Amino acid sequence: MDALSSRRNRLRLYKIAWLPVCALLIYLVVSTGGMGWLETAVLMVPLAGLGEFISLSAWYSCKFRPIQRSTILNLIGTHLGAALLLSLLWVGMGKLLAHFLSILPWFQGLDARFTPKVGLVYGAGCILYLLSVAFHYVALAQDASREAEAHALKSSLLARDAELKALKAQVNPHFLFNSLNSISALTSIDPAKAREMCILLAEFLRMTLGLGEKSNILLAEEMALLDRFLAIEKVRFGARLKLEEDIQEQSKPMLVLPLLLQPLVENAVIHGIANLPAGGSIRLVAHCHDGRLSIIVENTFDPESRPARRDGLGLANVRRRLEGRYGEEATMQVSAEGDCFRVHLSLPAESGASLN
Amino acid sequence: MSAFTKKIRALIVDDEELARHVIRELLQCHPEIEILAECANGFEAAKAFAEHQPSLIFLDVQMPKLTGFDVLELIGTDVSVIFITAYDQYAMRAFEVHAVDYLLKPIGRERFEAALERAKRRMGEKMPPAHELAAAARPPQQFLERLVVKDGTRVTLIPVGKLDYAEAQDDYVALASQGKKHLKQQTIAGLEAGLNPDSFVRIHRSYIVNLERVVRIEPYGKDSRLAILTDGARLPVSRAGYARLKALLDERK
Repeated sequence: MDALSSRRNRLRLYKIAWLPVCALLIYLVVSTGGMGWLETAVLMVPLAGLGEFISLSAWYSCKFRPIQRSTILNLIGTHLGAALLLSLLWVGMGKLLAHFLSILPWFQGLDARFTPKVGLVYGAGCILYLLSVAFHYVALAQDASREAEAHALKSSLLARDAELKALKAQVNPHFLFNSLNSISALTSIDPAKAREMCILLAEFLRMTLGLGEKSNILLAEEMALLDRFLAIEKVRFGARLKLEEDIQEQSKPMLVLPLLLQPLVENAVIHGIANLPAGGSIRLVAHCHDGRLSIIVENTFDPESRPARRDGLGLANVRRRLEGRYGEEATMQVSAEGDCFRVHLSLPAESGASLN
Repeated sequence: MSAFTKKIRALIVDDEELARHVIRELLQCHPEIEILAECANGFEAAKAFAEHQPSLIFLDVQMPKLTGFDVLELIGTDVSVIFITAYDQYAMRAFEVHAVDYLLKPIGRERFEAALERAKRRMGEKMPPAHELAAAARPPQQFLERLVVKDGTRVTLIPVGKLDYAEAQDDYVALASQGKKHLKQQTIAGLEAGLNPDSFVRIHRSYIVNLERVVRIEPYGKDSRLAILTDGARLPVSRAGYARLKALLDERK
């Protein structure tokens, strides 16, 4: 059910609730004596309608005083004040109506008969208004929870969407074709190396397919995949690609999202090394400290070439996956200083050693 | 083949050593083709071209700093080019549209021979203008990131953010950037098509301006205005140009 139609239904419910209220009012006035059924009904039915309308204004005072963020004193002050004031207005209108009805031949003296009931109606008005306040608080709480629900649903959908996109984008066709071209060149120059590269490529593809299906993997597993990837790129770029790794032993059994780092390393190659005629270096760092796992992917890049949009998309995807999995618990910092481009991830260190 | 037939002088341009090796190997059974040089990037290619004046170039599209299209732009169109790409759907489409020969990595013998045959037959024909090819190969909604200019033998790259304005001068455009002017053989309309219309405006038949550089607009004469730039340059603004400029500035507010 969407929000609008649920609001419409709620308004209908509110209006229906006023029917018994109206009947109750009539009964109260008649049972205390001095007034007939008919004249009471003629007076109270329009008055109840008016009351229903006036009480709707409780919505504004409820909005103005959110129940979680107001003191009891503030709440009582606001709503009681409004109840006393609005009920006065209401009874005043009732008195006015009684006065005009008295002019008609059938209701002569109604005004005078109604006067002793003013106190009773006033009290009822105050109570009805406060009930309306309660009704509106319930309605607002319902709205808020529905909104939160929709928001949660939306962000989980976004996270899954990002996940799927990330997995689909894993094997870059450019990477695949270039690797095959390298292999094709190696077959005549160095057949043993060609075979080695075929195996590296096969392992990389197999890992990509296998790891992508899991929800968590060990950092060591992700590193194994990255090693294959970088070994292949190393064949392609030769001396242009230099590698540095600083993977702390105790960070290896930590859990990470599968293929989280792969797009970062791929970016480092595509937007870093591949744009530099003389090449550059890629540095991978992983450390565990104080319950946090800190991962850095760093690469040389050409500060004159603007980062392409694909780059931004890849980073945004990583960010979204982190958010979907860890919420506020994970951070991602992207910085470019001089010719060094760096992505720093910090996530809760969750050991997956017991899983294996 | 008679002894008088001139050899076909060729260049191989690819940033990957192994990729160059494949071409060299495939050319081994073609004694009529002489490999003058192998180049690992666009700068080397431009230099080797000036030095050797080859008639055939095997040119990789994706290279650092200067792409294959940039290289073509630097060396002109009096040469046969066989482009090489691993996977670039837009470039492939551009080659098809302009009937330019290209090879896909990994390169197979059969495809290679066919491309070489065609290139030989068409030797002496002009290549399509580089900027047209490059424009056709750009993914939709993507614009130039930098401009390539050759001042004599020097190659200058101007990031579009550093372009202040461009002025049409006959068959050339003068690109004003950081107090210097660079001449580039291109029409101003061709240049305009490659620039992001959110940042660059054609303010006059002969002028394109970088919106970031405009300080103010002054009235000038009856129907025209002057745009004053941060460096003090004063450019004429036509009536239509003013309308475009104003629309863009309003949008930015």
